[in-house]
Amino acid sequence: MEHIVIIGNGISGVTAARHIRKLSNKKITIVSAETDYFFSRTALMYVYMGHMKFEHTQPYENWFWKKNRIDLKKGYVKTVETKSKTLHFANGDTLQFDKLIIATGSKPNKFGWPGQDLDGVTGMYHKQDLDNLEKYAPNNKVCKRAVIVGGGLIGIELAEMLHSRNIPVTFLVREDSFWNGVLPEGESAMVNREILDNGIDIRLGVNLKEIKADENGKVNSIVVTETDEEIPCDVVGLTAGVSPNIDFIKDSDIETSRGVKVNRFLETNIKDIYAIGDCAEQHEGINQRRPIEAVWYTGRMMGETVAQTICENRIAYKPGHWFNSAKFMDIEYQTYGWVWAQPKDNEARFYWEHESGKKCIHLNYDKNTREFIGINTFGVRMRHDFFDKVLRENRSVDYALEHLADANFDPEFYRLHEKEIVAKFNQENNTNIQLKKKSWKRIFQTS
Amino acid sequence: MKNIQNIGLGIFLIGLTIFTSLIFLGKYEVSPELFESFISNKDIKSELFINDIKSNIVDKEYTNPFSFSSEIRSALDNANATHKQNSEWDKVIWDKPHSFSYEITKRAGTGLIKENKGLFWWLTFGLGILGALMYIIPNVITLGPAGIKNNGIWFNQATNRGWIGWFAFIFLVGFYLLLYFAPDYIVNWTYIVDPLSERISGNSASQWYLYGFMYCVVMTVMAVRMYIKYRHNKYQILRTTSVLFFQIVFAFLIPEILVRFEKPWYDFKNAFPLDYDFFYSWNLDQLIASGGLGLFILIWGIVLTLVIVPVMVYFFGKRWYCSWVCGCGGLAETLGDPYRQLSDKSLKSWKLERWLVHGVLVFALIMTGLTLYAYLSGAEGVLGIKTQSIQDIYGFLIGAIFAGVIGTGFYPIFGNRVWCRFGCPLAAYMGIVQRFKSRFRITTNGGQCISCGNCSTYCEQGIDVRAYAQKGENIVRASCVGCGICSAVCPRGVLKLENGPEYGRINPTQILLGNDVNLMDLVNQK
Repeated sequence: MEHIVIIGNGISGVTAARHIRKLSNKKITIVSAETDYFFSRTALMYVYMGHMKFEHTQPYENWFWKKNRIDLKKGYVKTVETKSKTLHFANGDTLQFDKLIIATGSKPNKFGWPGQDLDGVTGMYHKQDLDNLEKYAPNNKVCKRAVIVGGGLIGIELAEMLHSRNIPVTFLVREDSFWNGVLPEGESAMVNREILDNGIDIRLGVNLKEIKADENGKVNSIVVTETDEEIPCDVVGLTAGVSPNIDFIKDSDIETSRGVKVNRFLETNIKDIYAIGDCAEQHEGINQRRPIEAVWYTGRMMGETVAQTICENRIAYKPGHWFNSAKFMDIEYQTYGWVWAQPKDNEARFYWEHESGKKCIHLNYDKNTREFIGINTFGVRMRHDFFDKVLRENRSVDYALEHLADANFDPEFYRLHEKEIVAKFNQENNTNIQLKKKSWKRIFQTS
Repeated sequence: MKNIQNIGLGIFLIGLTIFTSLIFLGKYEVSPELFESFISNKDIKSELFINDIKSNIVDKEYTNPFSFSSEIRSALDNANATHKQNSEWDKVIWDKPHSFSYEITKRAGTGLIKENKGLFWWLTFGLGILGALMYIIPNVITLGPAGIKNNGIWFNQATNRGWIGWFAFIFLVGFYLLLYFAPDYIVNWTYIVDPLSERISGNSASQWYLYGFMYCVVMTVMAVRMYIKYRHNKYQILRTTSVLFFQIVFAFLIPEILVRFEKPWYDFKNAFPLDYDFFYSWNLDQLIASGGLGLFILIWGIVLTLVIVPVMVYFFGKRWYCSWVCGCGGLAETLGDPYRQLSDKSLKSWKLERWLVHGVLVFALIMTGLTLYAYLSGAEGVLGIKTQSIQDIYGFLIGAIFAGVIGTGFYPIFGNRVWCRFGCPLAAYMGIVQRFKSRFRITTNGGQCISCGNCSTYCEQGIDVRAYAQKGENIVRASCVGCGICSAVCPRGVLKLENGPEYGRINPTQILLGNDVNLMDLVNQK
């Protein structure tokens, strides 16, 4: 029986294992050094905030693995020997494989800051980071102030986490507005306000110079590059992005760059070795996606795809249209298609913001053909099905606006803003788009 | 703000302590006149019992309800035992001992509380309401900006099965045991709501009036908490208002007013088989004897169960009842909301749930079938089984123990929908309709789910919502009461409760939206 070994028990590896099991009787082993069982990394924040217990982040009950004949092995893989198809573990164990899937995810970036390895400095990625945080920032007596370095999705989540325990937070953001490499100005400004409204001391356009220690080798303060200001703190969160967690294969024959290099079939340069999820790097980005995508659902999709290939149905990884979501404090964010921070030459934009300043939508479309390119939506939920169809069928922005009522996914009885949005668009663009009433028939054609 | 909340908590606890200690206060004395009128009222023929009471209890003062009740009950038992031995069936007193004792105790009570009903209302209900509101209302500020703020729920001893939770559990279970099985111990509680009861129905308060009133008060106060907690969510606000309205108007005021006009007590929204004694002979007789209104109630009750309930479930899902109308649901969604995360999500508990809830439904239907057969044929039972004994077993096991003691008492341990999930026969009935013939579903939004588990954690019915959401599959579960909290707590906008066409409602998938279209087709159409 062919033995499939998967390194990494995150969403990518586990999805691959589940689908291989559905398709075949192969022997499957998942290896992890982090936890015994698969858990949802994105939910770690809720454990610290007391919304959930760690067990709740585990999507499958513990009997699931045995029942589905998926072996779990806890251990840290030190090296991969490709010729003899052997994994060597830190404790001296070895494991033979016929096919290997590398799904080891990411690790937080550290840019060589002085003091970056002190006690009390942590990323917010692994289960161990959560344990660290529980140790160094259990409450606002032990941790009188925390500093977060790096303004991305994990940074704002960490800010929200610490804030939930009433720990004062200083948030150092290199950019001059939050996440403005990804978000256009309006949205970025909205998030800045949301951060301030929650009493978080956000500092825009500043960098970390160094982290200083106390006599015990624990964080004592940080220094800001631009102002030389020293900020006393007990915890430093490093959230300046993540990069592939692949140090253990750097010395093997497997080709790596930032990540493990894979072709469209998620195959590495070595036969029978595959890489998926955050740690995989495409030779070229697909459909304007980045070559490395550290996103929950892309990991899952690669797992779905590689399972087919491994089970004798070799298919290429072909992600559909881009989408994503996040939550910034109390403001939910969804995006479908592309809305770049800066418009490209052929693009026209339409921005609507609700008077509360907590909701907006931002449309991106082609100036000439009026083809819909993407939408950002803040504080308003939208139907994935709807926009995926609009993108698949190359519909126009006018079509999307006409059918905005079909697209809305807010809970029942929520105040809807479609009329206002369409009216504003008509006024700005001198068009006469008529909003259509919500139609179940149309909504169900889309799926 | 924290200070106001702490003071509020203190005031609430003082009110609760006074309320609890009332049981042990007061004096009980049966005067000869009182006893005479009691005998003639109840038409008691047992001279043994009468003499026993006259010589041992009348004109004697008792300082607590326990010894008083115990003497009455032993007099009753002794008399009955002798009568039964001598086959003097007409002299046997068939009442349940504690209920019988309640009727004497309620009249025999004297002293501080009975003389100061208003004062003690304020010292118990008044302080309780005031304290609770002082604790709850500052949440507008302390919780921070509107949004999902479940911070610290799993660190709090009250909401993570900690010692406060266990204490609340013991208190609630104790309360229900007294209410159902020893009402004679709690006559003091009924005194303090006498004035209100007299104003509405014209009668003094029974323990059921007390319970109904407390139910409304608790729901109202905890609804304020819901309004604050979910002030950004209009679905939650409307739903809370709806259950509150139906509880106060339909379950409390209308039935009491009917009694005032000498009509049968009836809760128009309480559908059979939740209303399990609707087809009992005493109820049918009473309805038939009550003229036009009685007949209307009889027809309404039947139409409600056979037509209105399933048709509404078809269009809106069982949520229209369970989390918009029902009294049990209303308490679960207000008082029970802080405990929703304690429901068990394991596959095992789902299996147990299906056996239990459908078992209760079958039990209720068989019992009702036998009851109706007996009623129409005039027989006492079927195949040697007395209808009365089946009714008694159902009333005890399901009506009292399951729905009351376990159903609400276990909130702080097993979550707020224990009864609705494991025991309610009406929920079982609606669940079957909802699963197989309904427009309701919780739509999963394409591929947006990140498996975080907030939805499953906060599902009061113990549905593993995430198991469906992470597969891109709609949730169409018999037990879903449509409370909408999964949708509210989802950080990625993945879940939406909606009523749409049946086509495509059940959509098992393997590959989610967002991946290669051809791969989705290949795998999902297998």
